[in-house]
Amino acid sequence: MRVTRLAALALASLAGATALTACSSSGSGSGSDKNPTLTYWASNQGTSLDNDKQVLGPELAKFTKQTGIKVKLQVVPWSDLLNNILTATTSGKGPDVLNIGNTWSASLQATGAFVPFDDSVMSKIGGKSRFLGGSLSATGAAGKPPTAVPIYSLAYGLYYNKKYFADAGISQPPTTWPEFLADAKKVTTPQHWGLSLEGGSVSENVHNVFTFSQQQGGAFFDSAGKPTFDTPQNVAAVRQYLDFIQKDKITNPSNAEYAQGTEALADFAKGKTAMVLWQAASGSLKQLGMNAADIGVAPIPLPDPMPAGGKAVTSMVAGINLAVFKTTKHMDAALKFVKFMTSTPEQKVLNKTYGSLPSVQEAYADPAFTTPAVQTFKSILSKSAAPLPAVAAESQFETLIGTAVKDMLADAASGKTVSDSKISSELKAAQQQLS
Amino acid sequence: MVQLDTRTQPESAPLAPSKAARRRPRRHLLPYLLLIPAVLLELLIHIVPMLVGIGISFLHLTQFYIANWRDAPPAGFANYRYALDFHSAAGKELLHSFFVTVVFTVIVLVISWTLGMAAAVFTQRPFPGRGIVRTIFLIPYALPVFASVITWNFMLQRDNGAVNHVLVDQLHLATGDRPFWLIGQNSFYSLVLVEVWRTWPFAFLMLTAGMQSITQDLYEAAGLDGAGVWGQLRSVTLPMLRPVNRVLLLVLFLWTFNDFTTPFTLFGKGAPRQADLISMHIYQNSFVTWNFGTGSAMSVLLLLFLLVITGAYLRIANRGADDA
Repeated sequence: MRVTRLAALALASLAGATALTACSSSGSGSGSDKNPTLTYWASNQGTSLDNDKQVLGPELAKFTKQTGIKVKLQVVPWSDLLNNILTATTSGKGPDVLNIGNTWSASLQATGAFVPFDDSVMSKIGGKSRFLGGSLSATGAAGKPPTAVPIYSLAYGLYYNKKYFADAGISQPPTTWPEFLADAKKVTTPQHWGLSLEGGSVSENVHNVFTFSQQQGGAFFDSAGKPTFDTPQNVAAVRQYLDFIQKDKITNPSNAEYAQGTEALADFAKGKTAMVLWQAASGSLKQLGMNAADIGVAPIPLPDPMPAGGKAVTSMVAGINLAVFKTTKHMDAALKFVKFMTSTPEQKVLNKTYGSLPSVQEAYADPAFTTPAVQTFKSILSKSAAPLPAVAAESQFETLIGTAVKDMLADAASGKTVSDSKISSELKAAQQQLS
Repeated sequence: MVQLDTRTQPESAPLAPSKAARRRPRRHLLPYLLLIPAVLLELLIHIVPMLVGIGISFLHLTQFYIANWRDAPPAGFANYRYALDFHSAAGKELLHSFFVTVVFTVIVLVISWTLGMAAAVFTQRPFPGRGIVRTIFLIPYALPVFASVITWNFMLQRDNGAVNHVLVDQLHLATGDRPFWLIGQNSFYSLVLVEVWRTWPFAFLMLTAGMQSITQDLYEAAGLDGAGVWGQLRSVTLPMLRPVNRVLLLVLFLWTFNDFTTPFTLFGKGAPRQADLISMHIYQNSFVTWNFGTGSAMSVLLLLFLLVITGAYLRIANRGADDA
C-alpha cells in the first residue's frame, strides 16, 4: 500500500501523460445519416465560454435550419484545447469538426488525425481562391494538402497612443526601426514608457522574435526542416528585442515578469505606455476603457537599411483554423458545416463579434471591415505576414525559443548585460534540446 | 484472521462437521470478495497507468504516432540516454532542475516543519482564544491553491505588488532599483516563501493532532525530574511525536518535491531558470513539446529516485523506531 501510494504521488506527471491513453472524449455524434448530429469543438474566442455559446448558438441554429444537420457545441478553453485534441487523436474518438490554433497546423498535420483538404475536398467548400492568401499559408506544411482552413484571422500590428504621439509632436507612426526608436524615446517620459512587452510570455516572445528574424533575413529552420537557431540573423533579432529594455530603455524592465497574457495590453490601454506590439485588439482596448479616438495602429516597422536577404515581414500569420477529424462518420455533413462557417455571411457575423479578421476575401466588402484599423490588418495579412515555421517540431520551437528569450529578457531587466555571444549560446542550447 | 478463527472455533465445534465445512470456505472468501472492487480500482487507477507510462518511456512517442501509438518505434534506452547525457543541453537542464528541486525541497521541509512544530507547541496548552489562533494558522491550507497563489503573484509583482510597496516605498529597504521577485534569483526565494506558506499549516495540523495523545502525566513527571520547557520538548514531546513525524516528513517531502500547481500558478507556463522545479521541467518536456517518450523517461527516473529515497528513509526511520 505504501509503495503504491508513493508511486501515485511520485507519478503525478507520468500518470498525466498516460491518462491520454486511458480516457477518451465523447464520441462522434449519433443519429441517422439523413439528419446526423455533428460535434463541434469551438475555441474560446469571446470574453468567456458562455459568451461563445451565446455568439455561436444562433449561427448553429441557422445551419441546422438550412441543412437539417444538428450541431452539438462544446466550447473548449485554450488551456485544455491542445490536450483534448491530443487525447482525441490518441483514442480515435473526437469531435467531427474542431478549431485549432493555426500555429499547431503542421504539428497536428503530422499526426494524420485530420482530413486533408486536397483539391477535391477544397472544391466542396467553395475552392481555395476564396481565402486570404496569408491566412491559408498557416494551414500545414508546404507541399502537402492543408489539414485545416482558416476561420478567424489575426495579425500583429504596432498599436500607438495618438494623444501621446501628438503631445510629442509626432504626426505619423514610424515605418522603420530607426524612426521607431527616435519616436519611442520622445514618448518615453517620467509619466509613461515608450513600449510595453509581454516579456514573461513564451508565445509573445517567440512571435516577436520570429518577425524580427524574418526582417533580418534569418530563419529558425532551413528548407530541409533542419533547425538553425543560432544564426547571426537570429542573434540580431533577439538582441533587437532585448535592447528595448537593455540599451534603448524604452520599455519598463518590469515588463519582463508579465506572463498573464494581457498585462502589456492593459498598460497600453491605461496610458502607462505609448506603444505595444499586439494582435488586432480594438475590442479589448475599448473594454479596458481606452478612448477609441486615441487608438492608432500601423504595421510593425521594418529595418532601414534592409539587411541582406531581409524580408519585409511585419507579422506572423496568427489565427484560428477549422479542421475535420478523420474518424468522423459524417464526412459530408462535416464539410457542409466547414463551408457554412467559412461562408461570407458567417465570416462577417463571427469576425465582427470577435474583433478578428475574416479569412475570406469577399467579407471585407462589409462596412464593418472598411475601417482604417481593419484595412491595416488586412493589408498586413495579405502582404507582409509570414507563417511560423511549418515543421512538425513547431510547438517545440515555440517553447524553446520563447523560454530562452524570456530568461534573457529577465537577465536584461535585472541589469545584467546580455551579450551577442550569450544570446548565441542560449540559442544553441535551445537547439540542442530539440529532440 | 488467526485471531478470528481461534475465537470462532469453540462456537462452531458443536455444529455438525459437514455444515462447518460448507460454511468455512464462504467465510474465507467474503473478505476477498469485498476487496475486489478496491483492488480493481487500484489496478485501474494506479498500477496500469504506471506500467503504461513505463512502457511509453521506451518508445519514440511523438505527435507522429499518437494517433496510433502502438506503432511508435521502440526507442530502447534512447529516451533515458537523452535525459541523462549531462554533456548536452537537455541533460544539463534536467540536472540543474533536479538540484534546484532538491535544494528547494530541503529548505521548504525544514522551515515548514519548524514553523509547524513551533506553532503546535505554542498552542498545546489552553489559553483564551486558542481556537481562533489555530483556525487562523490553518487558513492557508484551507484556501484553494489557485486563488491563494495567484494572490501571491500579484503581491510579488515589481511595480504594483504589495511586497515591494512595503519593502521599498514604506521601509526604504532597497538600495537602487526595486527588486524583482518573479524573475531572476529572487524567484527561487519567492517560490520557497509561497510553498512554505502553503505547507506549514499541514505540518501544524498533523503535529497538533499528534500532541493530543501525549498525556499530561508525562509532562508532570518530566517537570518533577527538573526538566524545563526545552527539556520537556526534547524528552517528552519529540519522542512521543516520532511516529507522526516519520509519516509527516515523508509526505511533505513527496508533496513538495512533486508540486506542480504552485510554480505553474506563480510563474505561468515557463518557470524562471532559477526556480525550474522538476515537475514543471518534465511538463515542458512532454506536453508542451509533444514528446511523451522523453517526458515519461524523465518521470520514471524521478520515480526511481523517489523510491530509493523513500526506501532508505523508511529503513532508517523504522530501525530507529525498533531501537527506541
